[in-house]
Amino acid sequence: MTNVLLIVFSMSLIYLSIANRLMSYVKILAFQGILLFGVSFIELGEMNPLNLTFILLETVIFKALAVPLFLNYVIKRNAITREAEPYVPNFISLIIVTTIVVATFLLSNTIEDSQLNKVYFVAALSALFTGLYIIGTRKKILTHVMGFLVIENGVFILSLAVGNEMPLLVNTGILLDLFITVLLLGIFVNKIGDVLGSGDVDQLRNLKD
Amino acid sequence: MTIPYLIGAFAISASLFFNRNKKMNYILVAIFLILQWVFTIFEYHHKNIEEYGYFLPDAIGVLLLFTISIIVVPAFYHSYVFFSKNDDHPRNRAMYYASMVVLIFALSLAYLSNHIAVTWIFVEMTTLSASALIYHRRNLRTLEGTWKYIFVCSISITFVFIGILFLSIAVQQVGQSDLTFTSLIRRANELDPFWLRLAFIFIFTGYTAKIGLVPMYTAGIDAKDKAPSPAGALLSSVLMNVGFIGIFRFYEIIAQTKLLPWTNNIIMISAVLSIFIAAVYMIKVKNIKRMFAYSSIEHMGIVMLGIAAGGIGYYAAILHIILHSFVKSSLFFQMGQIYRIYKSKSIYDSGNYFKYNLTGAMVILLGFISATAMPPSGMFISEFLIFRSLFEAHYLFVLILVLLLLTIIIWAFGKNIFKLLFSPAVDFDETKVERIKPYESISQFIFLGLVVYLGLNPPQEMVDLINEAVKNLPL
Repeated sequence: MTNVLLIVFSMSLIYLSIANRLMSYVKILAFQGILLFGVSFIELGEMNPLNLTFILLETVIFKALAVPLFLNYVIKRNAITREAEPYVPNFISLIIVTTIVVATFLLSNTIEDSQLNKVYFVAALSALFTGLYIIGTRKKILTHVMGFLVIENGVFILSLAVGNEMPLLVNTGILLDLFITVLLLGIFVNKIGDVLGSGDVDQLRNLKD
Repeated sequence: MTIPYLIGAFAISASLFFNRNKKMNYILVAIFLILQWVFTIFEYHHKNIEEYGYFLPDAIGVLLLFTISIIVVPAFYHSYVFFSKNDDHPRNRAMYYASMVVLIFALSLAYLSNHIAVTWIFVEMTTLSASALIYHRRNLRTLEGTWKYIFVCSISITFVFIGILFLSIAVQQVGQSDLTFTSLIRRANELDPFWLRLAFIFIFTGYTAKIGLVPMYTAGIDAKDKAPSPAGALLSSVLMNVGFIGIFRFYEIIAQTKLLPWTNNIIMISAVLSIFIAAVYMIKVKNIKRMFAYSSIEHMGIVMLGIAAGGIGYYAAILHIILHSFVKSSLFFQMGQIYRIYKSKSIYDSGNYFKYNLTGAMVILLGFISATAMPPSGMFISEFLIFRSLFEAHYLFVLILVLLLLTIIIWAFGKNIFKLLFSPAVDFDETKVERIKPYESISQFIFLGLVVYLGLNPPQEMVDLINEAVKNLPL
């Protein structure tokens, strides 16, 4: 079952690469949050209840509800145009993200580790590199934040893979996740929106040599 | 004494934040300085005694702790000068001092931490406090610098976390869950090389944002440019050291395994690319503060070359990073005076500095000689030793390339510095020039003198500490 969820997660990354509208990004992020809830619910069933509640809250309340609503609010408040504005054509993005998934899949085949579930590894690393790719090829700052959120989802999956024996690490990772997301989005809403009006990264491009 | 120090520093920082009275602020800062020094001396006398399971004041930690404790004294003094010349809102001033205190204690504890996740937490704290310092002027440009810094550092800190996760997979395989550096070094040989390799790549990439190497160096440049000069001095000296210690401690683990040559190659590539980038931008850059920042990139590249070459290079790298902290912080302190005279950081608006500020110009000249590692600067010794280690390790091609790049850097650095010192400034209104008091430059002279002293005639305690710091590395 977790395998199915993680494969769907990887597919959502491919869909992310061809999504045109910002709202699609937000919806994919919410969907990924629900997928992560499923994975952690099945995987971490035997953990102590407190940790489990904490992780579940993080996925459902935070990743699937709060962040998408917040992003939605930011888009509306700052009147950001609805296009994602990629620098490269969607077709090329599709090929590159597919290559990323295939490459991590091949890499995972070289691992000789019986304990680790390789699907986790593939999903986590492809999320990481897809996130980096989105940050590099999209124009708006808000899409950069979304790329970062995809990376965070990858980190979450990876920490689930090692989570059973090291709950402390998982919790640290989740706290990091919560914290940085709130920080980045908070700055976005309070400062960048006020100073710039529109969330166009072009206006934050004066510092260079 | 780490936990009392942490609580005390945190309390001071919180009261600085809430207390906006000027006099109260300075009293609190003075208390913090006393606390910092008491802590430093205490840790020096309790070397190699583990505290609370997470902190271990080992030789390298104590060395860097002394470096930061020395640098923060003038940093607070120059902040005081900065605020007496600028009419800042009390809230911003309180915020500035509070974040500086947080930055300093986070750095100090990151140096001493013995647990890979604890180091990581304190490094994350430095990102936050540093961004508050960068955003001090609260305008569009500083916002851009802050945003870039937070964003790049968040990605890099996530990279480090991924690296830690990979490392923990390797550790679990041998039936352990202990992630302290001492235990990792002891067990390094049992760990699976595949996971160790992945962990190293991610942790190294992550910490390059702090140390200022290729690929993540970019954010640091904007940060040092946009932060007020005293904060910039901390950002380009002690904050870079925290990236170094992150990489160094992991390198100590790798050094016990067969992966060492592979790791050295990666570090070497990153270091040479960093020096190359520094050379390219040093030619191009027209902003003096950014030029100093690129010079830091160059020096970190040299430090990493020493680490990758091994042998005497290990010793020289640690000596170099300490000396670099003093030189670069004094140049940044001086930058504040340059800005007060010319109201600009551009090389085009400045000139004839000797005429307007004699002592400051002397600092710049001596700082230039020190930063380009010309004798009698102590950095000449450390750089020379690093080149010797490259030669002995048969990295002849790398050595020639680096020497060529360094020549370009010295030329570009000199061209801008001599323009600043001797050529008359165009369209500069001399009538309103502020007279800078000579005593404001005392701390810079002391630092530059210290660099000569520590390089040419290092005290025996320091030599012992450096030798102890590299004892885990193969000779």
